[in-house]
Amino acid sequence: MKPALFDYIRVTTVDDAIRALGSCNDAKVIAGGQSLVPMLNFRMVDTPLFVDINGIDDLRGITETSNGGLRIGALTRHFELEVSPLIQERYPLLHEAMKYVAHLAIRNRGTIGGSISHADPAAELPALAVLLDAMIVARGPRGERQIAAVDFFEAPLTTSLEADEIVTAVELPPLPENSGWGFEEFAQRHGDFAVVGVAALVGKYGARISVFGAHNTPLRAREAEKAFGSGDTNAAAEALQSEVDPSDDLHGSADYRRHLAGVLCKRALNNAMSGYAL
Amino acid sequence: MKGKIEIRVTVNGEEHHASVEPRLLLADFIRENLDLTGTHVGCEHGICGACTVLMNGDSVRACLTLAVQADGAEVETVESLGDSENLGSLQRAFREHHALQCGFCTPGMLMTATDMLRKYPLETEDEIRVGLSGNICRCTGYQHIVDAISAARDERNKK
Repeated sequence: MKPALFDYIRVTTVDDAIRALGSCNDAKVIAGGQSLVPMLNFRMVDTPLFVDINGIDDLRGITETSNGGLRIGALTRHFELEVSPLIQERYPLLHEAMKYVAHLAIRNRGTIGGSISHADPAAELPALAVLLDAMIVARGPRGERQIAAVDFFEAPLTTSLEADEIVTAVELPPLPENSGWGFEEFAQRHGDFAVVGVAALVGKYGARISVFGAHNTPLRAREAEKAFGSGDTNAAAEALQSEVDPSDDLHGSADYRRHLAGVLCKRALNNAMSGYAL
Repeated sequence: MKGKIEIRVTVNGEEHHASVEPRLLLADFIRENLDLTGTHVGCEHGICGACTVLMNGDSVRACLTLAVQADGAEVETVESLGDSENLGSLQRAFREHHALQCGFCTPGMLMTATDMLRKYPLETEDEIRVGLSGNICRCTGYQHIVDAISAARDERNKK
C-alpha cells in the first residue's frame, strides 16, 4: 500500500510540462492525484516520472468565452466548480452534479482536467462533458488542439490524448436557450462513484441524454435521444436500455445496471421537462 | 535518478525541513518523520477518511497527497485543535455527545468537520451526514457524531 519508487518534477509552465513528458517514456502528469495516488498506492500504476502541474497558474480559473460559454482551466478544483456563481448561473445542471462528485476532501484537491483525463466511465464530469458538447483543449509538442468530448473518451481510463499531450482546459458552449435539465444518480454511498447516473437536457431541439456507470465510456445516448422525439420518456428509457452495454461488478449486475439506466433516464427526462415547461 | 527532494512544510505553525522520496505520502511524513501520530492511516486509498488533515486551510486526504506536494504549504493536523488538558471546542462537543468509541476515525472526523463548519451552512442533519459521507466510523453508528457537529454548528452560528 505504498507507491513504488518514481522520479518527480514540478513545472510552472505548460511548455515545461510538455518537455518533461517528452523526456521520459511513460512519464505521466499528476495534478490533484485523487484517482492517481490510490492507483499508485495499490501499485496498479508503475510510472518512472511524474510531472506535477499544480504550479502552473495559467491552468487555473473559470473565464467567460466570446460565444457566451465558459472556459474552465484544467487545474480548477472540484470545490471551485461547486461554488462558482458562473457555473451555477449558466450550467445549473453542472452545479447540481458537483454535489455528487466524491467527498469534500477529494473535491478540495481533484481537478476537472484530472477527472476528464482519468476517464472513469462511472464519473460525473466526463458524462457532463459529453452531454454539454464540451471541447477538451489539449496541448502537446505539435501545438494545441480541441477534441470534442464524444471523441475524447475511448474506453475505461483511455482517452484520445497522446502520451506527450496534456489537457489545458475544458470549454463549454452555452446551453441551448430555454433548456430544462435533469440529473439522477444512484450510488451505494453519497459521494461514491455512481452505480449508474443519467444527465439530460430537454428543449425545443428534443433531448440530450448522457449516461455514466452503464457503459465502457460515458455515453451520449443518441438512440435514446431519437426515441424521445418530442417527449416520449418511456420510449427514450427503453432505447437507452438497449443502447448501453454495462458490465457486472460487486456493486451490481449488468442487468441491474441496465434496468437502473432506464429508471434514472425517465426521472431525469421528467425533471428536465418540468424545468422546460417553466 | 530516484533522488530525494527537499521540502519545507509548516505543520501546526512549526516549520519543518526534510529531504524525502517523492513517493512518501503526506500521512507517513506526518506520522513517521514528525512523530505526529494523531493522524491515523486506515485504508490508504482515500476511502476511510481517517488521515484527513488541512492543507492551506482545506481538508485533504493525507494518504492521497504526496509529501512533496505539501512543499511550501501550511498543514494542520488534529494536534492543532487542542490537547487533553485543553480541548478545542469541536473536541469538547465530541466528548459531550459521545461522538467516539474506539477513536480511530476521530482525527479524520474532527478535521473534516472543521472544514465543513467553515464551508457549509450545515442547516440540516442531512447536510451534515452528506458532509461526513467520506469518513467511515465502525463504532458509533454516526448519530452521536452528527449530534456533536450540530452542537458545534450552533456554537459557530452564535458568533
